[in-house]
Amino acid sequence: MALDRELVGRSYPPSAVYEVGRGKIAEFATAIGDASPLYRDAEAARAAGHPDVIAPPTFAIAVSLEAAMVVLEDPDVAIDYGRVVHGEQRFVHHRPIRAGDRLVAMTTIDAARTVAGNDLLTARVDLTTEDGEAVCTATSMLVARA
Amino acid sequence: MSGPVRLADVAVGTALPEQLYRVTRADLVRYAGASGDFNPIHWNERVATAVGLPGVIAHGMFTMALAGRAVTDWTGDPAALVEFQVRFGRPVPVPDDDAGAEVTVRGAVAALLDDGRVRVDLAVTSAGEKVLSLARAVLRLP
Repeated sequence: MALDRELVGRSYPPSAVYEVGRGKIAEFATAIGDASPLYRDAEAARAAGHPDVIAPPTFAIAVSLEAAMVVLEDPDVAIDYGRVVHGEQRFVHHRPIRAGDRLVAMTTIDAARTVAGNDLLTARVDLTTEDGEAVCTATSMLVARA
Repeated sequence: MSGPVRLADVAVGTALPEQLYRVTRADLVRYAGASGDFNPIHWNERVATAVGLPGVIAHGMFTMALAGRAVTDWTGDPAALVEFQVRFGRPVPVPDDDAGAEVTVRGAVAALLDDGRVRVDLAVTSAGEKVLSLARAVLRLP
């Protein structure tokens, strides 16, 4: 089913707060094989100028992809999740995500088009703190194969 | 080089150390848990082949994370990475054995931007094929 261009610009209500834990950051860093102490040791992170341990640059996906699912659940989008693959990913970091952050995700459809029967949908997730400080913009292009 | 890479240390063409990462099925299971991405194509051969894949494949985001490691290991400061983008060009099949798959990351400074920022272009390959395209990182260096 072809995507409707009218979807472009549609945004969804903010997500529930995601609280970033030190243990989750360390688990993610271990999973990607990164031994940096900045991801595990609050003192090392403070010595490098951060208030607490920071997260690896792609950690944002653990928050943003879940938030972006709101698009696939939109009845007007009509994409079959079983056919979806990840086409492109982009992060713009306004500052590193760190332990203790209470993040809210706002999801917007940046682009929607159909190419050779494949539906291409670009979802932008703006992650801010609860207080509105911009932290990361994560943009995912999802492809639903024909 | 000791300490974080500085702007004065780099020029267009400055190469990052080449990195070779080994990816096994156990790594994919661990990444699924850590990231929350439990799509069965990353751990279940039956499902992967049923949807037309050669077998279980790595999460694209796992491959992107490895590319990110090559960059942050080089700079010594993960906070220097301010923009990071990739296109997932080809899947990385991960066989059900102890050797797994190999992912190689090469990179070099491609442009000096304003405001102390530099763009690094990455070449990420597995089994001789490019698996990420348009893989770029923008770093703000001291």
